[in-house]
Amino acid sequence: MTDLALPPALVMVLGAFLIPLLQERARHRLLLGLPLLTLLLIWLVPEQAGLRIPFLGMDLSPAQATAEGRLFATVFALMAGVGGLYALGSMARPLELVAAYVYAGSAIGVTFAGDLLTLFIFWELMAIGSTAVIFAAGTVAASRAAFRYLLLHLLGGVVLMAGILAHWSATGSIAVEALGASSLGTVLILIGILVNAGAPPVSAWIADAYPEASPSGTVFLSAFTTKTAVFALLVMFPGTEILIWVGLYMVFYGIIYALLENDMRRILAYSIVNQVGFMVCAIGIGTELALNGAAAHAFAHIIYKALLLMSAGGVLLMTGKRKCTDLGGLFQTMPQTAVHGIIGALAISAFPFTSGFVTKSLETAAAAHEGLLVVWMLLLAASAGVFLHAGIKFPWFVFFQKDSGLRPPEPPLAMRQAMGFFSFLCIALGLFPLPLYAILPYPVDYAPYTVEHVVSQLQLLLFAGFAFFVLLSQMRRTLTISLDFDWFYRKFLHALAEEFTLSTARARERLEDRVAARIRALIGNLYAHHGPHGILARSWPTGSMVLWVALMLGCTLLLYIF
Amino acid sequence: MPDRTHWLYRPENRPKLWALLMLILVLVLLPELFVHHHAHFQALGFMLDTRIGFFAWYGFITCAAMVVAAKVLGIFLKRPDDYYDD
Repeated sequence: MTDLALPPALVMVLGAFLIPLLQERARHRLLLGLPLLTLLLIWLVPEQAGLRIPFLGMDLSPAQATAEGRLFATVFALMAGVGGLYALGSMARPLELVAAYVYAGSAIGVTFAGDLLTLFIFWELMAIGSTAVIFAAGTVAASRAAFRYLLLHLLGGVVLMAGILAHWSATGSIAVEALGASSLGTVLILIGILVNAGAPPVSAWIADAYPEASPSGTVFLSAFTTKTAVFALLVMFPGTEILIWVGLYMVFYGIIYALLENDMRRILAYSIVNQVGFMVCAIGIGTELALNGAAAHAFAHIIYKALLLMSAGGVLLMTGKRKCTDLGGLFQTMPQTAVHGIIGALAISAFPFTSGFVTKSLETAAAAHEGLLVVWMLLLAASAGVFLHAGIKFPWFVFFQKDSGLRPPEPPLAMRQAMGFFSFLCIALGLFPLPLYAILPYPVDYAPYTVEHVVSQLQLLLFAGFAFFVLLSQMRRTLTISLDFDWFYRKFLHALAEEFTLSTARARERLEDRVAARIRALIGNLYAHHGPHGILARSWPTGSMVLWVALMLGCTLLLYIF
Repeated sequence: MPDRTHWLYRPENRPKLWALLMLILVLVLLPELFVHHHAHFQALGFMLDTRIGFFAWYGFITCAAMVVAAKVLGIFLKRPDDYYDD
């Protein structure tokens, strides 16, 4: 059965390069066919009997199927296909499509990596693919953001590589397995992964880079990088306690910054950090229930976050505007886009009968199960906060709010189809969670739909909504951005470099002046002594020579006489 | 589009919208009369989550706190949105 153990990622990554060669219908078929074929391979790769390649004394296994890997790879392939459909509607450039499919394929590669080297190679390929997706938007702001994004991710990649090497030289093993942050190597690996998860202090790259991409580009970007990081943490660092607190920080960071934000796609980007924070926190808790929760939440999150960004992307495409201060009242002419946005918003808020409800509650239940009272209280507050910053804020400011006077039509059919499919999945997973529960890494013994749970969740969310409308005047949108850690590399280091350039330039000037003055003085001296009128170069009259000789001879004579 | 503004934006409808919101809030509080909340942390002696309306006021208070926190942080963190443009 090893003949089918082809790495599913390769099909997608290599197939992506055919996209620009094909026209119209053939390209459409390829865009939808590649993810389907990959999906098929994901479920055909046999567990255990993975492909093994010896390389430089290491044993690489690039096609190792695990329950976690399959779960993530499935939703990645699904995302690529539906994202591709959406991109067809929004007329994405071929460069973006190739980059997005290489990016999606390498994310799938990470989930099937049985060794750290394969994982690293696909990890870096993801960084390149995602940078190209941002760059493909074709604006100056996008290419700058892409450059900052690439720098940060290459830095994270270097830390990851250093960690892998240290771990390899210490233990001789490069297997992808539960490591625990106990040695230098594993700590570096953890840090490298956390960079991609958007953990503090470098959470800012998500909101900096993703919203600069094209409408479809942002949809692709939202799915893969942070969720492969969640996958890697889930497999390698389950139960690492610090992740609980890192996750909680991310949860509240996302809420606060999203509340301050004016750009609709940046609001949703901050909410990615918030959602990944829930998953990171659950991985830190580390029980089977918690890990199931993190995996299921990641699965559901990719779908509803993509749906939200598709809705926002539709608005951006049809209006050319992305700031809440410019938008509002769009439900009148874009009712379908609004409905899809609202379904995504309800799902992200974990409203009963949506996918968020049946997945995120596994995580809060895990915290309660372990007796982590403070963590549970904070997660509960954060769940209410999700409704506040994404669940209501996004649809309210974009589709309702004031009437902005904009009357854009609905986005193209392919985009609506993509949104429709994901809306369907958000609700279907919420109503029938069992198929999803069946492919989770551990057996699930959890019933989300108890009267008590539904009632308490509804109360929590609706009163959070009440708080939103009561405090609406406090949340008036302003034409502002919020400072973040990226200030250090966009302003502080920039100013530092500028100051360094100026003062070193001044120092060099002074040094040059002094050296030039010395050389001038030297030349002056030489000129004074050896120049045409210099004392050593002057021509003396013959008469004076004779006089002096006569004098010296006279002196000699006198000395001789006495 | 018709000339009239949508009914959602007409000032005379605002009290109706608020009344609708209040009605929904009362409706979700009604089950409190017969649903019994189990304690999530019985072992720790923490019984607050079994009290009537815990999830309602907790959701409201924490959200209000987050809005205030964002407001306060905004004083220090907000910059004009062309701050990074050269």
